[in-house]
Amino acid sequence: MKAFMTAFRISALLLVLCGILYPLATTGAAQLLFPKQAEGSLIHVGSVPAGSELLAQETASPGRFQPRASMAKYDPTASSGSNRAVGTKDYVEETLAKASDWRKQNPGLAEMPADLVTASGSGFDPDLSPEAAKAQIPRISKASGIPADELTKLVDRLTKGRQLGLFGEPRVNVNALNLELSKRTP
Amino acid sequence: MGMGLVQVAVTLAIIMLLVKPVGTYLVAVFDYGSGRTKLDRWFGWAEKPLYRLAGIKEEENMGWKGYLKAMLLTNFIMLVIMYAILRLQKYLPLNPDGIGNMPPAQAFNTAVSFMTNTNWQSYSGENALSYFSQMAAITFPMFTSAATGFAVAIAFIRGISGKSDALGNFYVDLVRAVTRVFLPLSFAAALFLVFQGVPQTIYGAITATTLEGGRQTITRGLVASLESIKHLGTNGGGWFGTNAAHPFENPTPLTNLVHIVSMMLLPTALVYAFGLMIRNKRQGWAVFGAMSFIFVAMLALVMASEYRGVPALDAAGIHGNMEGKEVRFGIAESSLFTAVTTAATTGSVNNMHESLTPLGGLVPLAEMMLNNVFGGKGVGLLNGLLYAILAVFICGLLVGRTPEFLGKKIEGKEIKLASIALLVHPFIILAPTALALLTPQAVASISNAGMHGLSEVLYAFTSGAANNGSAFGGLNANTDFYNVGIGLVMLVGRYVSIIAMLGIAGSLAVKKTVPQGMGTLRTDTGLFTGILIMIIIVIGALTFLPALALGPIAEHLAMP
Repeated sequence: MKAFMTAFRISALLLVLCGILYPLATTGAAQLLFPKQAEGSLIHVGSVPAGSELLAQETASPGRFQPRASMAKYDPTASSGSNRAVGTKDYVEETLAKASDWRKQNPGLAEMPADLVTASGSGFDPDLSPEAAKAQIPRISKASGIPADELTKLVDRLTKGRQLGLFGEPRVNVNALNLELSKRTP
Repeated sequence: MGMGLVQVAVTLAIIMLLVKPVGTYLVAVFDYGSGRTKLDRWFGWAEKPLYRLAGIKEEENMGWKGYLKAMLLTNFIMLVIMYAILRLQKYLPLNPDGIGNMPPAQAFNTAVSFMTNTNWQSYSGENALSYFSQMAAITFPMFTSAATGFAVAIAFIRGISGKSDALGNFYVDLVRAVTRVFLPLSFAAALFLVFQGVPQTIYGAITATTLEGGRQTITRGLVASLESIKHLGTNGGGWFGTNAAHPFENPTPLTNLVHIVSMMLLPTALVYAFGLMIRNKRQGWAVFGAMSFIFVAMLALVMASEYRGVPALDAAGIHGNMEGKEVRFGIAESSLFTAVTTAATTGSVNNMHESLTPLGGLVPLAEMMLNNVFGGKGVGLLNGLLYAILAVFICGLLVGRTPEFLGKKIEGKEIKLASIALLVHPFIILAPTALALLTPQAVASISNAGMHGLSEVLYAFTSGAANNGSAFGGLNANTDFYNVGIGLVMLVGRYVSIIAMLGIAGSLAVKKTVPQGMGTLRTDTGLFTGILIMIIIVIGALTFLPALALGPIAEHLAMP
């Protein structure tokens, strides 16, 4: 019984320390130092929350950059990857069909960037590879009337390189691109 | 691919540079020594009140049975508390998104999963857990399960290097692992994660009007404080369903780097600490070398396989496999994460393992089956040493030398215990997999047909047995069959090997050290490293090759 009480008391104490005090203390420090990130890197249009910099959103308009496919339908209350088996005939056929769809909507596309025809892991991949963004420029230019070379400049300006010049892959944030576009053509 | 290799090399170099200092620190943390050490002065103010309030006698030194009893009792009590919180979360505070109570089978699975350091998740956190549950039933055991594994490994080393059956004080080891290692590191890492974009807030989800006028409910929470301990403690369970692929858990390549280094930091350092504690650094490096060799081979296989992608798509100009991966990580950082998370038995994922190429998916499976390539907090080292003991025994039989390890004779009792620990692992993987495939209800959970479907089930039980927690996510594991089945597998996988290893420690501790002679097989040489690798591969291959041949290998051969 004494052994039980010791084990029980240390369990309860560690629960308070690790499960309550630690997360709350971290929250306090985080809110003080990095309030924007701590709240989810929210984007506001006027005073209305318009999403998060870090989460891709459903984008249907041909005049906007489209993010990668999402099995979660861009709904953060149920994140999901596609969980497809890639080494199967079905998968290959579907992917080739997606590629020919992209080619139809985006004339003049030579190389097919892999991120355009695959679903992201999280369902909210906020980025495109610069190639995948540029592949969409002819379509966007036609639908929105913004000249193609301006769009190319925009993609180049917003493209982030590898972090510290080394880690990760070059990428461009889709929400950031579309925010710029909505300033030009609401 | 060139830049990918450079990133991987730099990351591994960072990990290697940290092995010595962190290993040295770990030895100091668990050194009871005489008198107050510097660390006692720094952390004593927090530890003394805990000991006093809990009624722990610091100076009490436990035998292996006492140590084991304290460990099992504490783990059991924590398990019950966690189960109760999950079942009652609707009525508890900090539930801004109004989440309901968790059903019994799933709550059992979840409580076991986090207490055994597995972090298998049959739920998605964003829609199944309140903030309070994420803190008190998830973040809390992430600390204590990792600290438990650590304590046991340290006790084992004390046993095999000591002169009497005094393995230390479980409570003191548990508390020190938390206060001196996990809490300070987790706090610092969490703040860096927030700086890079991981949320840390007590406010609930926010509804946004998207740029096209749609609605998006942005779920968030106290994510960073969970993420940091999740990787430092090689736990692996995410706040969100898609784990470290989710931009809120892993927003940038730098957070990815922190996650990877955090996972490898303590398991690698512990192997070095082992060498220091037994006063034979060469022995530490000999084991380290064997683990590193297998790790690098596995990493090379998954990376090459993912860059190669699916041949039929490659021929059509779609290069590399990006299905289930994120652009910011690309193929290199995704492959590295996969190799690390299953080596360190973390189980978090930054890409969907189900969508890896067949040979890419074989890598996490194989690492979990071997279960000793560094391995999670403590238990991985134990498994590595288990194989070392076995290697000594087999070599002894082959050349007619007395099997000795670290100057202690290896005899019948130790080999029996080691065999139990070794055989339990394949048994609790292969038997439940076979059972599942014979049960229509369990087969209905499979999402991909054919060979890949077999891999889904095999992966689930391997993950549970290895206390890893990663998944082929297509399997619907939230059924009574899998919740209870995997729950039991996780319990056996965790505690049977711990009990056997502590038994071995207790038995070796009281044996006299025999001086090294001409007949001794040296275990701290490159030759022994080679033997150890061979033994691991031969035993692993003999056990699991048939299952792998029917799953990923057959799938690879049939790939279009």
